Amino acid sequence: MIRVVLPAHLRTLARVDGEVELRVEGEVTQRAVLDALEARYPVLRGTIRGHGGGPRRAFVRFFACEQDLSHESPDAPLPAAVAAGTEPYLIVGAMAGG
Amino acid sequence: MSRVRVLVGTRKGAFVLNADGKREKWDVSGPFFPGWEIYHVAGSPADPDRLFASQSSGWFGQVIQRSDDGGATWETVGNEFSYDGATGTHQWYDGTPHPWEFARVWHLEPAPDDPDTVYAGVEDAGLFKSTDGGQHWAELPGLRTHRSGPSWQPGAGGMCLHTIILDPAHPGRMYAAISAAGAFRSDDYGQTWEPVNRGLHSEGIPDEDAEVGHCVHRIAMHPSRPEVLYMQKHWDVMRTDDAGGSWHEISGNLPTDFGFPIGVHAHEPDTVYVVPITSDSHHFPPEGKLRVYRSRTGGDDWQALTRGLPQAHCYVNVLRDAMAVDSLEDCGVYFGTTGGQVYASADAGDNWAPIVRDLPAVLSVEVQTLS
Repeated sequence: MIRVVLPAHLRTLARVDGEVELRVEGEVTQRAVLDALEARYPVLRGTIRGHGGGPRRAFVRFFACEQDLSHESPDAPLPAAVAAGTEPYLIVGAMAGG
Repeated sequence: MSRVRVLVGTRKGAFVLNADGKREKWDVSGPFFPGWEIYHVAGSPADPDRLFASQSSGWFGQVIQRSDDGGATWETVGNEFSYDGATGTHQWYDGTPHPWEFARVWHLEPAPDDPDTVYAGVEDAGLFKSTDGGQHWAELPGLRTHRSGPSWQPGAGGMCLHTIILDPAHPGRMYAAISAAGAFRSDDYGQTWEPVNRGLHSEGIPDEDAEVGHCVHRIAMHPSRPEVLYMQKHWDVMRTDDAGGSWHEISGNLPTDFGFPIGVHAHEPDTVYVVPITSDSHHFPPEGKLRVYRSRTGGDDWQALTRGLPQAHCYVNVLRDAMAVDSLEDCGVYFGTTGGQVYASADAGDNWAPIVRDLPAVLSVEVQTLS
């Protein structure tokens, strides 16, 4: 299972507590994870990236395994630890606004 | 007995305030959607328990919430606002072309006769419509694609479509106002639009009486006399008696020419309310005195209403969507401030009192009169 950590506002919107666990078929990429996330929680469509798998929103960042993956290809494989479920995939609201 | 429900949108959530017809004791619920900007909350005239709220965030974009029980519970509905066809460009602040980009929904206008139909005015300026209770939104592109669109420019708050007025007497007639493009009218249910800005005069644009480019802050109509519109503009308070064919100034003895909201008494179409603000560079009341001005003559002659409002050291603002009236026999008038107060008068403005204090900055106030 893929572990996903949402920012607080999106946890509230999706009505979830703590991490989200997702089953992702095939290669574990950022696109595949976000597709699975939006399929489980349609309310998140448009809040992380554009509708229909559009680009990442400007003030949203993607981290995993102490790396910033925000500017990686959405179709690049995620780190093995994320794919194995030992490390979470972090969706983060950019630090801005004080 | 009638009662009222006040819907308040703030920088950090929505609030719902309920009172009986005396409007003395208020039950405050909220914040709903805490931490999010709530630009507007509006109720359906066809089903007053159906409410729509525009919830947005610079981080996470636009969400639309809907309640079917008067604000007790909410569910998310559709949030896909895609412009119809090529988006083209408008002017940026420096006059260069800038692509149309959706930012947020500023204003929701439920249809009077169908609880599933609601219009949305958005930034960058565009008009959307839903006919399924907010689940899906389709643009009425005739406004955005008007031939003058490339010359529109944003006001300080963005290039927002902030006012939508549906004419109750002329099927298909509606008005929209955009900062800073001006006022527009459609006579065919929003399919095509024409500017209705003749008589407006604005500094800060190359041609001061141009067809478009005016920073209209708010327009108000009384439903019994829909050919008359009142406008608070970036400069001046204006009136048209011919559905926007021409405007004339009614600022009269107002202390300043700047402000944001404008409202009309529920039962007196010649009684108009504004809240003068010092200037476009000083967004607070003149002399630190929060005064609502009321005209009972359709403009020109204005009376300061001060009883119960702070008359010293007050430096809040009252934003364009933050004034509303109820339709009880003694018309109630309500407005919210950027300091988080919502003031109400149960006697058409003679006496005021805060019905809630210390909310986040108030972006919008709507009132429902319920039986």
